[in-house]
Amino acid sequence: MPALGADMEAGTLVEWLKKPGDTVERGDIIAIVDTEKGAIEIEVFDGGVIDRTLVDPGQRVPVGTVLATIRAPEEARAAPEPAVATTPPASGPPAPPASGPPAPPAQVPPVAARPRVSPAARQRAAELQVQLDAVEGHGPGGSVTVADVERAAERHAIPLPPADRTSGMRTAIAAAMARAKRDIPHLYLSTTMDLSRPLAWLATENQRRPVTERLLPVVLFIKATARACAEVPALNGFWTERGFVPGPGVHVGCAIALRGGGLVAPALHDADRKPLGAVASEFGDLVRRARSGGLRSSEMSDATITVTNLGDLGVDSAYAIIYPPQVAIVGFGRVVERPWVVEGRLEPRPVVTVSLSADHRATDGREAGQFLAAIERALQSPESL
Amino acid sequence: MARRMTYRDALREALRDALQRDARVFLMGEDVGRYGGAYAVSKGLLAEFGPERIRDTPLSESTFVGAGIGAALGGARPIVEVMTVNFVLLALDQIVNNAATIRHMSGGQFSVPLVIRMATGAGRQLAAQHAHSLEGWLAHVPGLRIVTPATLEDARGMLWTAIEDPDPVLVFEHQVLYNMEGELAEDAGPVDIDRAAVRRAGQHVTLVTYGGTLFKTLAAADTLAAEGIDAEVIDLRVLRPLDMDTVLGSVRKTRRVVVVDEGWRSGSLSAEILARIAELAFYDLDAPVGRVCSAEVPVPYPRHLEEAALPQPAAIADAVRALLPSGVSAP
Repeated sequence: MPALGADMEAGTLVEWLKKPGDTVERGDIIAIVDTEKGAIEIEVFDGGVIDRTLVDPGQRVPVGTVLATIRAPEEARAAPEPAVATTPPASGPPAPPASGPPAPPAQVPPVAARPRVSPAARQRAAELQVQLDAVEGHGPGGSVTVADVERAAERHAIPLPPADRTSGMRTAIAAAMARAKRDIPHLYLSTTMDLSRPLAWLATENQRRPVTERLLPVVLFIKATARACAEVPALNGFWTERGFVPGPGVHVGCAIALRGGGLVAPALHDADRKPLGAVASEFGDLVRRARSGGLRSSEMSDATITVTNLGDLGVDSAYAIIYPPQVAIVGFGRVVERPWVVEGRLEPRPVVTVSLSADHRATDGREAGQFLAAIERALQSPESL
Repeated sequence: MARRMTYRDALREALRDALQRDARVFLMGEDVGRYGGAYAVSKGLLAEFGPERIRDTPLSESTFVGAGIGAALGGARPIVEVMTVNFVLLALDQIVNNAATIRHMSGGQFSVPLVIRMATGAGRQLAAQHAHSLEGWLAHVPGLRIVTPATLEDARGMLWTAIEDPDPVLVFEHQVLYNMEGELAEDAGPVDIDRAAVRRAGQHVTLVTYGGTLFKTLAAADTLAAEGIDAEVIDLRVLRPLDMDTVLGSVRKTRRVVVVDEGWRSGSLSAEILARIAELAFYDLDAPVGRVCSAEVPVPYPRHLEEAALPQPAAIADAVRALLPSGVSAP
C-alpha cells in the first residue's frame, strides 16, 4: 500500500485491475485504492508477472502493507516446495575416523528465524489487524507480547473509515499541516512581479489557439516555477532523515480545492520539460480527475514542490504551509493592476505577488531569493516557457 | 474472636473434634500415642481418648496402612498417620493396589473411607530419607484424593471433610508449617476439599503453588509488588483432582504463569499443571510457562545446600521477571 501523501495512514483496496499471471510493466495501473482523497489508481513500480495478490478488495490495510508479489520475467514460477534433501551416494569406503576435532556437521540450510510471538499476542494481532512483521518485541527473549501488539496498534491506529470523506480528509490535512508547522522551520519571501509582458504575450498566444486550448495565467505560473526548480534545485525535493534529497525530476504539485471542502495537490510530472500546451491540458486533466476521482498513485505521492494559486479569490498574497516531505511551496496571489514605476514614470501595470515558503533546514534565504528571481525571469520571457 | 495458635495446634484441634464427633474415628501410627506423634500433633490425645482410639503401631507401614484399609472396609473411620512421605513408600502397595482400587474392582460394593496423614517436604535438615516431596506421585493415582493444607484454616478444616469422604484421602502436611503461628477463628470448622484458593489477587502473573512453598511464593509476590509487578498467588489445596478452573481462570486473566513446586521437575505435578495450561489456555499465554522446582538431587543435609536445593523467594521472583518485558513495570 503506497503512501499517497505524507498524511496517509491506510487505504482500502477497491479493485484489482490485474490478476495473478498477468504481465505488467512499470507504470501500469494495477489496482484502485480508496483514501481520504478519493479513489486513486495504483501504478506498479516494477515490471514482471503478478504472482499473488495478498490483499482482497474491501480490505483496509496500513501504508506499507504488501499488496501483491511480482515475479521478475526470468524468475521461475512460484517456487516449488523445496525438494526433500537426498543423501549423496556414499563413494568409496568410509573415511577413517579422523583424529583431532570432528569435522563440522553437514551444512544445514539456514532456516529463517521464526519470529517469537506469544500465542495471545498472535490472537490480539489478528483482532486488531496488526501486521506482526513490523512489531518490535519486548517480551522474554525479545518476543512479541500482547502489550507490544497493542502499542503497535495504537501507533499505526488505522482510523475508522470516516463517515464522510470530507471529515477524513480534514483529519488528514490536519495531521499533515500540524506536522509541517511543528517540524519545518518555514522561511517566507515574496516578490511582486510586473506581469504586463507575459500577459500581453499570453493574449497574443491565445488568439492563435483554439478556444479549448487557451492558456490561463496559472499555466505560466506552474511552468515558471518548474523552470526555477531546474535552475535552483535546492528547493525541489524532499527533506528526509538523511537530510535533503533532490527530486528525481520536477514534479509540480498543484493545489486543487475540491467541491465540498478539502484539497489535494497531485503532481504534474516533469513540468519543466513539457510545452505550455501540455502543461495546460495536464493541469486541466488533474483538476477534472481530482474532483471526480481517478488520480494515480504516482501523482499523489511524488510531487517535489507545490504551487498554490489563490488569486481567483481576490487574495493579494498566499504564504502557504509546506507539504512534507517537500521543502518549498509557492503561493500566487491575484493578478491586479497597480501603480508601477517604470523608468521614472508611474504606470498602471498588472502585477502578482509571488510568495515562497521554504524549509530552512534544507535551504537558506539566499537560495530562496534566487528561486523567486528565477521565477520572475522565467515569467518575463514567456515565449521561451 | 480469633485465637493465636500454631498449625500443629490446628491439626490437633481437628483430630480432637473428629474423635469427639464420631465414635468410629480412631488414630493410629508410629509413636502417635505415648510419644505424641513425631511432630507432636497428637500430644495429649492418648490421655484424652484412651489406647483404643489412639493406637501406637509397629514400625511397619505396609501393615498398619493395610490394617487401616481393613478397618475402613469394616465400617470404621480410621485416621492413619505415616511419619513422613518417604516412609509411605513402604505402604504404596496397600495404597495403590488396595485403597485406590477396591471401589472400582468391587463394582461400587465397597469403599475405603480412610484418611492417611503424613509429613512431607524439606527445610528442617532431615536429609534425603525424610524430606522429599512425593505427593505428586500419589496424585498420579486415580481413586485417591490428595490434599495439602497450607493454612491454619485448612489444617483445622480439611480433616473432617476428608473423614466424611467415602474414598481414601491423603493429607500432606509440610514439615516447615507445623510451627507456623497464626490466628484461627473461634468457630473455625470444616472446609471444602475440592477447590483451589486465590491467596493473593494480582494482574500480571499467576503463581501456582501449594503446601510449604505457599509462603515463599507470597514472599516473592511481595518483593515483586515493590517493583510494580502484581502477582496472583493460587494455593492448589487439592492436588487430585486438580481444580483447573481456578488456575485457568487466573492464567486467562494474567496471561503468564509460574508453577512453584517443591517436588522435582521431571515427570512431576508441575509438569502436569503446565501441560494442562498448554492444552487449555494456549492462546491466552503471552509468555512461555515457567517453573520453580527443587534441584534434581536427593535433598541435602547441610543447611546451606538444603536451602540452595529448594525453591526460594528470590528464585521465584527471578522466574517471574524472566516472563515480563524488561524495564516495564506495569505490563
